[in-house]
Amino acid sequence: MADNNVLLRVDNLVKHFPIMRGLLQKQVGAVRAVDGVSFELKRGETLGLVGESGCGKSTTGRAVLQLYRPTSGNVHFDGTDLTAIKGEELRAMRRKMQMIFQDPYASLNPRMTVGEIIREPLIVHKVATEAEANERVKQLLELVKLNPSFSTRYPHEFSGGQRQRIGIARALALQPSFIVCDEPISALDVSIQAQVVNLLEELQNEFNLTYLFIAHDLSMVRHISDRVAVMYLGVIVELSTRDELYEHPLHPYSQALLSAVPIPDPVIEKTRQRIILTGDVPSPANPPSGCRFRTRCPIAEAKCAESRPEFREIKPGHFVACFFADRYL
Amino acid sequence: MPDLLLDVKGLETTFKTPDGIVHAVNGVSFGLKEGETLGVVGESGCGKSVTMLSVLGLIPSPPGKVKEGTAHFFGRDLLKMTSAEIRQIRGAQIGMVFQDPMTSLNPVLTIGRQLEEPLVVHLGMTRAQARNRAAELLAMVGIPNAKDRLSDYPHQFSGGMRQRVMISMALACSPQLLIADEPTTALDVTIQAQITDLVKRLRSELGMAIIWITHDLGVVAGFAQRVIVMYGGFIIEDSIVNELYVNPTHPYTIGLLGSLPRVDASGHETLTSIEGSPPLLYEKPTHCPFAPRCKWAMERCWKENPPLETVAPDHRVACWVDVKTGRAR
Repeated sequence: MADNNVLLRVDNLVKHFPIMRGLLQKQVGAVRAVDGVSFELKRGETLGLVGESGCGKSTTGRAVLQLYRPTSGNVHFDGTDLTAIKGEELRAMRRKMQMIFQDPYASLNPRMTVGEIIREPLIVHKVATEAEANERVKQLLELVKLNPSFSTRYPHEFSGGQRQRIGIARALALQPSFIVCDEPISALDVSIQAQVVNLLEELQNEFNLTYLFIAHDLSMVRHISDRVAVMYLGVIVELSTRDELYEHPLHPYSQALLSAVPIPDPVIEKTRQRIILTGDVPSPANPPSGCRFRTRCPIAEAKCAESRPEFREIKPGHFVACFFADRYL
Repeated sequence: MPDLLLDVKGLETTFKTPDGIVHAVNGVSFGLKEGETLGVVGESGCGKSVTMLSVLGLIPSPPGKVKEGTAHFFGRDLLKMTSAEIRQIRGAQIGMVFQDPMTSLNPVLTIGRQLEEPLVVHLGMTRAQARNRAAELLAMVGIPNAKDRLSDYPHQFSGGMRQRVMISMALACSPQLLIADEPTTALDVTIQAQITDLVKRLRSELGMAIIWITHDLGVVAGFAQRVIVMYGGFIIEDSIVNELYVNPTHPYTIGLLGSLPRVDASGHETLTSIEGSPPLLYEKPTHCPFAPRCKWAMERCWKENPPLETVAPDHRVACWVDVKTGRAR
């Protein structure tokens, strides 16, 4: 690959889920969950992926990791096209990429001890003997600031925040270079969220980890990310560096989304202008023609229904998919 | 004070569980003026929902029990009423909106049937009158083609639309008080903005008092006149909204605001998290409930539970320590 610093390059990633009907299970349509997504991630960088429920952000994360095989498109990870490999070859690559899940209650097997959960990846990938693995479990628990003696306990004995730390320890077991964090804090209480985010940042600095941080909490994404991509109905509508995106959003959807986030300051809140979008997100099984956002867009014109706006670099490093983004420059 | 619409004093509620008795609410007192909007903030398990359910006589008993306290609404104690009496008040004079609009609506009845019910029961309307009024109510909360949609079922509405239906139902009998328990937590930010915008408009049109329960300090900032913060079944801070955000005084409130990243703030500084996790409440705390997590805790905090004391006009705090000096208040 041209740029050695790029760890992950996603090109025109598409994931459609078939809709089957009838006795013969004929395919009658498709949920176009991810419909042409491209981005790059540099080593040690955090890309925030934001959007509302159903926009395809989690599917993107899973398709990148090949947990869902993409319908089309390419995912280059560390110089290898993940979509072109399978079996043992893919399994070997999986060591380098891990995932932290949203629900710390559902993502840990209740019948396994914490030690067994964290040890499992080491055993599956045959990278450690039993004794080495036990030693490593202790280190990992310390790393995520849990007591190493917890390894004999079961998940139900822990609070949500502690369980999320266990999930993080498991993800780190194989010393990955890339972690997809899929809403890692949205199930946690506010005071616990900060603990987990601080931990993720510390670990990133220590091990030069690369994160794809998927979340709907725009404030937290601004805090943790270097660059941010905004998704709507299966496509990225805007991508830029963090402060640029939050201070000069150019896509009407990003603008509305950011204006809708409440700010914990009554003085600012009283004078703030909200852009209230009308209606709901259309179904991804039957998305609007042309620009996906046009049905709710305050500035849509006839042209928006005819063709899909190109995802273009409007300023260095600032990409946007809107015909009229220049108005806001 | 006679001008209070709702006057709650010394409320205590416990739950019997297999692991012991949980002291969910431990002596909560607050008042609400007519037309006032009160935000109730706290993390899961702090007792904010249980407080309101106790007031409404909605605590399932057993296992729950309202042990102590009074809750005067228009001079009558809600806690002493029979279930028949309180039913006359709930839905008529006090409207309620809950977090999950899917489970609060009956899936096998049309929206129209469910909207007409309180009108027939509480206001003695005929079916035909109720039908017309129901259509007006749906239109009031911004549902297009209100008349036609009365014959639709809940699953035919999106999450945001369902919450609009819930609000129209809560306001059907023009209540003096609306209690909303995390009404926007299950919704996306752009839909949350639609709903808060709607409630603000209805508040200025109808003039009802509102109690808005949330874990999000951002949502109430632009919305409430007064905010109470709860922790471990106690009110630990009670203040008019501007004062609370400018001058948070309880260490927990300070910690909560510090652990919240802001969408309008750039910078990558570490969030000031609150270490530890919320109390389990199997015993009624005899000391300050926040002492185990408090970095300012001193000897007295472990011996006596501080009462709510006035620190500034319209601002009360339950803390022995003056965090500005680090010494006893």
